[in-house]
Amino acid sequence: MSLVNLVIVLALLVVVAYYLAHSRSLALAKPLGGIRHLHSLPLYYGLRGAIWCGLPALTLLTLWLVLDDPLVRALVLAGLPPDTVPDGVAETNLLMSTVVNVASGALPADAQASSIVAAAEHYNALRATGRSVIAVATVAVAVAGLLWSVRRMSPRLRARQEVERVFRWALLACACVAIFATFGIVVSVLIESIRFFEVVPLADFLFGLEWSPQMAIRADQVGSSGAFGAVPLFMGSLLISAIALVVAVPVGLMSAIYLGEYASARLRNIAKPALEILAGVPTVVYGFFAALSVAPFIRDLGARLGLSVSSESALAAGLVMGVMIIPFVSSLADDVITAVPRSLRDGSLALGATRSETVKKVIIPAALPGIVGGVLLAASRAIGETMIVVMAAGMAARLTFNPLEAVTTVTVQIVTLLVGDQEFDSPKTLAAFALGLMLFLTTLLLNVIAQHIVKKYRELYD
Amino acid sequence: MTTAALESTVATAAPDRHRVTELSEILAQRTVGQPFVDAAKVRTRNVNVYYSEKQAIFDVSLDIGRNQVIAMIGPSGCGKSTFLRALNRMNDTVVGCRVTGEFLLDDEDIYSPKMDPVALRARVGMVFQKPNPFPKSIYDNVAYGAKLHGLASRRIELDEIVEGSLRKAGLWEEVKERLAEPGTGLSGGQQQRLCIARAIAINPEVILMDEPCSALDPIATARVEELIAELAQNYTIAIVTHSMQQAARVSHRTAYFHLGKLIEVNDTQLVFTSPQHELTEAYITGRFG
Amino acid sequence: MTEHKASTAQIIRASLKRRYRAERRFRLYGFLAVCFGLFAVLLLLADIIGKGHGAFRQTYVQLRIHYDPEVLGIGTATDPAALALGDYDALVRQALYERFGEPTERVERRELSALISNGAGYELQARLRANPALLGTSETLWLLADDDIDAWFKTRGGDEFTGRMSERKLLWVDRLLENDEIELRFNREFFARGDSREPELAGIGGAAKGTLLTLAITLLLSFPLGVAAAIYLEEFAPQNRWTDFIEVNINNLAAVPSVIFGLLGLAVFINFFQMPRSAPVLGGVVLALVTLPTVIISSRAAIKSVPPSIREAALGVGASRMQVVLGHVLPLAMPGMLTGAILGMARALGETAPLLMIGMVAFIVDVPRGFSDPATVLPVQIFLWADSPERAFVEKTSGAIMVLLAFLILMNALAVVLRKRLERRW
Repeated sequence: MSLVNLVIVLALLVVVAYYLAHSRSLALAKPLGGIRHLHSLPLYYGLRGAIWCGLPALTLLTLWLVLDDPLVRALVLAGLPPDTVPDGVAETNLLMSTVVNVASGALPADAQASSIVAAAEHYNALRATGRSVIAVATVAVAVAGLLWSVRRMSPRLRARQEVERVFRWALLACACVAIFATFGIVVSVLIESIRFFEVVPLADFLFGLEWSPQMAIRADQVGSSGAFGAVPLFMGSLLISAIALVVAVPVGLMSAIYLGEYASARLRNIAKPALEILAGVPTVVYGFFAALSVAPFIRDLGARLGLSVSSESALAAGLVMGVMIIPFVSSLADDVITAVPRSLRDGSLALGATRSETVKKVIIPAALPGIVGGVLLAASRAIGETMIVVMAAGMAARLTFNPLEAVTTVTVQIVTLLVGDQEFDSPKTLAAFALGLMLFLTTLLLNVIAQHIVKKYRELYD
Repeated sequence: MTTAALESTVATAAPDRHRVTELSEILAQRTVGQPFVDAAKVRTRNVNVYYSEKQAIFDVSLDIGRNQVIAMIGPSGCGKSTFLRALNRMNDTVVGCRVTGEFLLDDEDIYSPKMDPVALRARVGMVFQKPNPFPKSIYDNVAYGAKLHGLASRRIELDEIVEGSLRKAGLWEEVKERLAEPGTGLSGGQQQRLCIARAIAINPEVILMDEPCSALDPIATARVEELIAELAQNYTIAIVTHSMQQAARVSHRTAYFHLGKLIEVNDTQLVFTSPQHELTEAYITGRFG
Repeated sequence: MTEHKASTAQIIRASLKRRYRAERRFRLYGFLAVCFGLFAVLLLLADIIGKGHGAFRQTYVQLRIHYDPEVLGIGTATDPAALALGDYDALVRQALYERFGEPTERVERRELSALISNGAGYELQARLRANPALLGTSETLWLLADDDIDAWFKTRGGDEFTGRMSERKLLWVDRLLENDEIELRFNREFFARGDSREPELAGIGGAAKGTLLTLAITLLLSFPLGVAAAIYLEEFAPQNRWTDFIEVNINNLAAVPSVIFGLLGLAVFINFFQMPRSAPVLGGVVLALVTLPTVIISSRAAIKSVPPSIREAALGVGASRMQVVLGHVLPLAMPGMLTGAILGMARALGETAPLLMIGMVAFIVDVPRGFSDPATVLPVQIFLWADSPERAFVEKTSGAIMVLLAFLILMNALAVVLRKRLERRW
């Protein structure tokens, strides 16, 4: 039975369970004089039946879906003659994928060794058995659940509480998905990073000044070792983020102040949504804009001024990234500025301060913690931003603070190392995970600090 | 006005039609007592204030005597704070607020285009309901206005201004050891006296006080009231208050506002001993408010 | 005393001029900042539209095609297998020779056949297979021009034209122009086709379908999960450390750079769960995780905005917590939740970086048919085209961006309308 059919059968059984339980509750209620003598509404008896029928069966099925493939693979691998199984993990994986491909018919069987063909047949046989076993088991569990739940029904049964408890647990499970996602990120990135640090020492990665991840295909090639010093990448990320913040912070802050303090209602109603457009534009569009319009413009401008500007300058990428985070900074600034109590503003104005003096001498100092928090959040955004730098910054890892040169960033390298075909165990691929770990930790740290500052700031004026 | 009609305003749950007739009656009346004085510091004539479409002040004319304290009392929403804020054009900062009528500060028109609101507010200082020290040091709070207006050219002058103001506000002895600490760290009463010190540091001619003691405990209130009495020797003070006892204690004259209308003005003693208007009497005898 | 007061007033008046200058300067800075932002918006949009408006029209050349079995090399056979094997490019060449005369030199011949797109042969093949009776007859057809001709024709060789165009080609195009045998037509194919190496044949159809499939999975996962999580956190969660931990997690997840989710997809979903690479189902799962925090946060805000009095009223007549939530809170919070979901989807629609790492960057010609077919999405298609060396792809890229932005504007407008029409004020 195919998976789709199995799910359909299961769904039908659940519906049947609902109606059986529902009608049985009515039947139970009849001699007592109506459903008000039942503990719960018939609806809940029905739902309870459906849950008992569907939930265990579905759990079993999910478990099988997760475990089926690894289990079958392990069994097939164990069934192979020991001398045909290679030592390394990568080689074993390669062998297994050959077996799987032969089994599915993607690779012609006649070109393969007999042990592989046998393994492929073994694989197919195991999968077929597994499928029939699970189909029978699922249906059996569903029917058993159905019968059990219907037979145990009585007018005193607290069906609603039972159903609601299951719902509650389901809601909790959904809330925990976010935790699983975080957990998944941390574990996957950490495991691959540890494997990376087994090949490349942590100190070399953190403090090395040279980045050239080209690994040789053969061990005897020149320069086979590669260099994995991440300092130039972090410097590149910092340089571009700094340029972005230099653009975004003053512009975002000043426009928030202008729109909040000076602008007429009409201008505000037009300018605010218009600036929000900048936040909604996908980053890939900014990347295109940076690479095809801004970078050539800056290069030509530089040439006219007699400067040599790289066609993939950090300046172009940083400038466009700055434009991207203007609305982010501006709305955060707007939030913290409106959180400053009106009484402070009135106090300053009543002393004869002009509006700008009030803003500069009272409001901004009072809102400073909030603004600092906002800038940190913006910085974390800028460091993690990927598409603009992938498209508009360079690939060459260079240790420089000159914004007119091309630099590369952490995110660019993660993408470059992982796009296209990769062999999964080479240090080159693993390096991307190590970079990902560093990026994750950096942004996490920035966010935790920023959120802490902003929270403290809000408590100050609440 | 009949006693029956009066009763209908006094009763809080009065039906609407009584209120409407009562409101129009109040509006039609002239202010009772003596709204005008000789050699007034501030003169206002026929003042109306509107918030968008809603009128908050109806045709108020009132003089504030030089170096006198005038108290403005009345039930909530009677427009006394609005009137106060009109005196230093703080209402300019409220969107949709419109002021008509004549305002003269020493014969200068407060609302003329030539009058600069910044310079005006330096001359007419204000103290607010809730103490609002800036999140700066005690010193910087007091020095704020002087620095803005360039009143001190040297640090030593600034020090003098700060010390003088804190002394006048009766706070010097309490804070002289910790001038660098944040003003927000003081107690409520100290904060309010700090705000008063901040206001007098720029040497204003008039000080407006908008319920300055409503957020303070009785002891702090007494301290601030003493201060007001001392300040009255050199400054013209207008104070809005909820507390009739406070008005009786600190003010020379008292103005009673009701529903945006100035009902009665007179020497404080007269107002509290023999009010001439039924509404005033009803209010000070605690029948509403 | 009065003297002192007068001097204070004088000092203040003297300083006013300087202070108002500073005030005006400050105001100007603010105005310039707003202008800078607005200018950036306009520049961005103008640049994209300026480059991309041409993508929706394509140059076609009129030719008389004779379905000559000899040129096709298939004899008189009319069965589909034989028709598929014919040399249809030769038909196009033949038609061009007939129109302009067969050039003697090979270089010239090659240039002549380069007037028409490589895809023209496939079109002829499709026509003939649909109607085998055409074999041996002739018909006049508008065929797609090559991208160089297209670029030249759109600018008429003006200053903006930066492509390659030889003298000979110019002469031929002039002859076409004289007889109105070349024109711009609405490029319907742009919306239907998949990717191609030839700019004139490349379309966003495949990417758009991929986006649709991917977003369907994203919505299906992140909306119910997000709403359920929000309900739990707002209505049921006890005040304890576990709840705090969940909240901190959600907030931090919202700030994790999206590229990291790509790493998660690669390591967990591809390598561990063996999900199919490049497939919409995988992209959808990854984007669901990217958008989940957004959906949860906006759903919580929507639930919070339902006044407690409603809950108390329902609890007061004896409803259980669950009945209150499902019967009263959820329906009232639904518009806000939907708005949040749409905004989350808008974010997912523009997301590129994580999809690069799970193989959705492959060059895929076919329009995907199902959730596990290899596919790409619009933003990734834009990324791929932006990288192409052919200049004609710049126009295609900008055109694709215009379509993407149109969708985003549509979704945001929908969210605004939904919020305005359905959200209740309490």
